[in-house]
Amino acid sequence: MRERTYLEAVNEALDEALAEDESVFLLGEDIGVYGGGFGATKGLIEKYGNKRVRATPISESAIAGAAVGAAMTGMRPIFELQFSDFITIALDQIVNQAAKIHYMYGGKASVPLVMRTAGGSGTGAAAQHSQSLENWTAHIPGLKVVQPSTPYDAKGLLHTAIEDQNPVMFYEHKLCYKMTGDVPAGKYTIPFGVADIKQTGTDVTIVATGIMVHKALKVAEQAQEAGISVEVIDPRTLVPLDIETIITSVKKTGRLLVVHEAVKRSGFGGEVASLVAESDGFYALKAPIKRLGGEAVPMPYQPQLEQNAIPQVSNIYEAVLSLMKQ
Amino acid sequence: MAKETKQVVDFDALMDEVNAEFPMIQILDEEGKLVSEDVQLDITDDEMVELMSRMVWARVLDQRSIALNRQGRLGFYAPTAGQEASQLASHYALEKEDFLLPGYRDVPQLIMHGLPLKEAFLWSRGHAGGNKYAPELRAMPPQIIIGAQYVQAAGVALGLKKRNKKNVAITYTGDGGSSQGDFYEGINFAGAYNAPAIFIIQNNGFAISTPRSVQTKAKTLAQKAVAAGIPGVQVDGMDALAVYAVTKAARARAVAGDGPTLIETMTYRYGPHTLSGDDPTRYRTKETDDIWVKRDPLTRMRNFLTAKGLWTEEKENELIEAAKEEIKEAIKQADQEPKQKVSDFLKNMFETPDQLLKEQIATFEAKESK
Repeated sequence: MRERTYLEAVNEALDEALAEDESVFLLGEDIGVYGGGFGATKGLIEKYGNKRVRATPISESAIAGAAVGAAMTGMRPIFELQFSDFITIALDQIVNQAAKIHYMYGGKASVPLVMRTAGGSGTGAAAQHSQSLENWTAHIPGLKVVQPSTPYDAKGLLHTAIEDQNPVMFYEHKLCYKMTGDVPAGKYTIPFGVADIKQTGTDVTIVATGIMVHKALKVAEQAQEAGISVEVIDPRTLVPLDIETIITSVKKTGRLLVVHEAVKRSGFGGEVASLVAESDGFYALKAPIKRLGGEAVPMPYQPQLEQNAIPQVSNIYEAVLSLMKQ
Repeated sequence: MAKETKQVVDFDALMDEVNAEFPMIQILDEEGKLVSEDVQLDITDDEMVELMSRMVWARVLDQRSIALNRQGRLGFYAPTAGQEASQLASHYALEKEDFLLPGYRDVPQLIMHGLPLKEAFLWSRGHAGGNKYAPELRAMPPQIIIGAQYVQAAGVALGLKKRNKKNVAITYTGDGGSSQGDFYEGINFAGAYNAPAIFIIQNNGFAISTPRSVQTKAKTLAQKAVAAGIPGVQVDGMDALAVYAVTKAARARAVAGDGPTLIETMTYRYGPHTLSGDDPTRYRTKETDDIWVKRDPLTRMRNFLTAKGLWTEEKENELIEAAKEEIKEAIKQADQEPKQKVSDFLKNMFETPDQLLKEQIATFEAKESK
């Protein structure tokens, strides 16, 4: 077991990719001596110099657009948006450009870029620095969307993202950065579209993403004590989505709870619930599907209110109990 | 016959010409003496004393805010020390009815514009009470998104013009903000409609950690105004009298219907970017800090006013003590403000809540009454 934090795992993947492939370079605000908004690029400018680790002006649109341009000429840019909320400013380049170029150029051009960004609440960063907007990009054909929850997944999926020939949106969660776990040395990849069953169980299936995976695992422990066996599935990539693993699990448990931090309304949980409802897994359901997500409010700054705005362990546990009553 | 090659454009000469257009305007030198005997001051003695008093007050507020933040009694805070002249001398050139669109570091201007100190503290704590402005306070709350206030300022100015108000919209961003698309769009839009706006770039040398020199090849940020066809002025941002004079002139032309002005103030923040984990030693040296501390806006103004017999150490100490008391009282008041509830937030979502929102409010009110 080689214990590393999620942040170190991201840093290692970047480091290894920079060492392995000359066409890889980083760009983003404060990613140089400052080490990036949350420290993911720490030490890299010292190692690879300011041509491959570019601390940019505060220009999200230019960062994303420059990445698109560089990617089209054969480079493999990885850009950091300090907070995932800032995608609002970069969205034209991501949605109208990066996502569509391969298609519109008849497959003649590729945009092998990675957008890395820190999402989610829990750090008191308030309404404009705490959102979970991953479903925005999941809605756009042409983008792949990754949301790792563990250090192991973060490193392996980031390597896969960098190797991918398409634009990949890589959502890191701020509260995951300090979490530790086994991270093998050297490069390894985790294929996109393969969900990970973080905990096996037989009574209830919880599909959770990002930080909610860890909350769901706590609930699984609690439920175990109450004699309820919970299966926790982390899709790891929203696009492509491994719906088969989820349906197989639902057929086994007959109960489905989908949990994410993003606002519940129009969240990705709706997509998971619909895909299950449209599948033959539907016939296995013993209770209506349940979804938990953030309240439809801008994220409060005050810590207790901030917690109230998103699903907590107690809410997930209550939802499991209510599913078991049916 | 050899062909004569003639250079169509002398690019170096062209750039020299552009760059020469933007000298830094200064009235007081670092010692606090007038840079030239020809300077005509368009400010009274009383006004200068008032301006200095405001800067002293803001310096105390900065020191106390940092201490309160460290004690966990204040939330988000972006230090202001070093930028007092840039912030408060520009603001001093305004009228009460002028509309202020500050960035997150510009809380001192907001307070001078009429925001009660208690409310500034509530804002720092993320309490909605800090953003419920009285209608007579002509200002927006501090903008968090870099540069977004520039496009909004163009709109506010357009509104003032449309309603024939003899007032201006003034907005502030930093050097980092001048790299944003919103920055260009804002100054261009205001220029296109000759809107009465003053756009201030407080160039404190760093976009968090990124030095000004790598943010743009432009020699000055003031010259970015050229593309929008509006005047751009660079001013010594540690010189309160210069900042005041330039802003006052910009205001006069805006009110006269001559359109917006871009002002770049050359300044420095002594402290970190914010108190949310920044350590400036990662990107700044003590040598650089020292150069700027020598240019301190308070020292400079203090020397000037003392030499004129308008300022004493006693007076300053009295002001400092009074400011400390005022701050103590305001933080006490902020402590007494009722705590916020989730239901309050939900009620703030729309003017009239829809069905789903009503259900959410009822759910949380039931929880909260337990």
